[in-house]
Amino acid sequence: MHLVCPAGNLPALQAAIDAGADAVYAGFRDQTNARAFPGLNFSDEELRQGIAYAHARGRKVYLALNTYPDSARLALWQATVDKAASFGCDAIIAAEMAVLDYASRSYPQLARHLSVQGSATTAPALRYMHERFGIERAVLPRVLSIQQVERLCEQSPVPLEVFAFGSLCIMVEGRCQLSSYVTGASPNRHGVCSPAHFVRWDEHPDGGRSVRLNQVLIDRFGQSEPAGYPTVCKGRFVVGDETFHALEEPTSLNTLELLPRLAQAGVAALKIEGRQRGVAYVASVTRTWRDALDRYRASPQHWSAKPTWQQALSQHAEGHQTTLGPYHRNWH
Amino acid sequence: MHTMKLSLGPLQYFWPRERTLSFYREAVQWPLDIIYLGETVCSKRRQLGTRDWIALAAELAESGKQIVLSSLALIEAESELGMLQRLIEDGRFLIEANDLSAVQLCKARGASFVAGPSLNVYNHRALALLMSDGLQRWVPGVEQGETLLRELRTAVLADGLGMPELEVIAFGRLPLAYSARCFTARALDVAKDQCGFRCIEHPDGLPLATREGQAFLRINGIQVQGEQITDLGPELPVLRELGIDILRLYPQAEGMQDVVAHYDLALRSPTPPPRIASRNGYWHGEPGMQPVATAQA
Repeated sequence: MHLVCPAGNLPALQAAIDAGADAVYAGFRDQTNARAFPGLNFSDEELRQGIAYAHARGRKVYLALNTYPDSARLALWQATVDKAASFGCDAIIAAEMAVLDYASRSYPQLARHLSVQGSATTAPALRYMHERFGIERAVLPRVLSIQQVERLCEQSPVPLEVFAFGSLCIMVEGRCQLSSYVTGASPNRHGVCSPAHFVRWDEHPDGGRSVRLNQVLIDRFGQSEPAGYPTVCKGRFVVGDETFHALEEPTSLNTLELLPRLAQAGVAALKIEGRQRGVAYVASVTRTWRDALDRYRASPQHWSAKPTWQQALSQHAEGHQTTLGPYHRNWH
Repeated sequence: MHTMKLSLGPLQYFWPRERTLSFYREAVQWPLDIIYLGETVCSKRRQLGTRDWIALAAELAESGKQIVLSSLALIEAESELGMLQRLIEDGRFLIEANDLSAVQLCKARGASFVAGPSLNVYNHRALALLMSDGLQRWVPGVEQGETLLRELRTAVLADGLGMPELEVIAFGRLPLAYSARCFTARALDVAKDQCGFRCIEHPDGLPLATREGQAFLRINGIQVQGEQITDLGPELPVLRELGIDILRLYPQAEGMQDVVAHYDLALRSPTPPPRIASRNGYWHGEPGMQPVATAQA
């Protein structure tokens, strides 16, 4: 299994490569990718440097081009495909049909991976994308159980990549409008979820804090309570008489203990989420998974998840909590 | 004048069998042109199974109205693919594809389909590709409003292509998100596998409010909806000018006959109707929900 790691900027890209990533994924500094955050992503020159750095070490760079252009902006996405080809990216990760169609016609030799944003969860959906646009790999949305992933590996026309670690989108990727319902800005169209300029923190006299997204109260925290980033899906709300994390707790996905099953199922690549995270996260999480994968390769029969690996990963998890998420039936 | 049609969108909630059947037997008498039938949210909702929906479709089709069979937005299990296959293989009715799985199965069969709002179509090229696969009608996703549709239309015409039938969500709670997790089961503290089909107790979904009491979202099984019921009636002049062919009205537990009557009258009236529910921010290029004055501290 290949290890695919996030690169929010050039130092993170280098850190991921140095820590043993087989491939990194990165985006340009605009709305063509799903982490269009201020201060993040690559200029043309930085991406060229990043590709040179990776290629000199025999590793790959994938370009995240995974948002949905409307008609008026399609030309920018097409121009970004042109850049991916001319810079020598090893693949584009795309979700939108017009982008995939343009890439497959203009640069048939440039590999196309279906992004998680493409919401393909079944063999027929994957077959559509394969027949139509010649995708070579697909990233699965974080909705399937491990049994469903195993079955899909048998039936899929293309190798599959699954999320191994990182922030957990609770909704089917590419099908979530919670951010745009509140702010007007969506992951699909603008590459952002709950953008920071809509976030307002208020301090209370009792030492507590409340956080609003475009004026909608997402949560309140007591003085000593850890406070996470206010995406709608991780807020506390009132349903019936109960106030609780009605959609999801702030927690991260961690599939380390499933590594043998994912490998035996024939999963082609494991993806680490977190282009918005810093160099320390990328280096530590990449190193941990590299070690785990290498040990598995060396001795699959004797592999077990080491406590030190789990500790290292927990330190980088949201709220220091991890979950098997949808891979585990009880989570549903 | 451009004649617009009215459709009854698929029932998003879970109602008891008899209530569902009697709702549709009344609805078929209402001034609607198109009725969408079928389960789009959760395959465990089986008060009406796939065969029952197909039988109901055949019964309602005798009215002369167009009956469309809607399919699931999120397909995970092979049993769910089997349900989808049965809907498509019946072959008598147009299919609403809410996932690429349905597009692929329709394409393989040479069957035309309606692209539902959870299928991500954002531009003229994607639309043209899907039209060559059998797309006959398109329901844009919830975040696409007037400006985006206008730009898309201009681009389609510039390419010398024709538009498919265009259907917009005119009335109802907007479907915002889907998950592997059942939020109704979570709220009621039961496991999804032993959910007891408790969403049947909430015929308009389960209200979710902020911690200061602002009504915010509706939990509907694995789907999350906006709380506000949107109403595009007052936008009728623009909808006409944009060439919208069909207005979709999503079923609500109460008062649906009046909603249909209101829109029917609006279509026959020279002036736009008064607003009967919330303004749809998305339509105007704004956040989908309308700001509500925050509670006084």
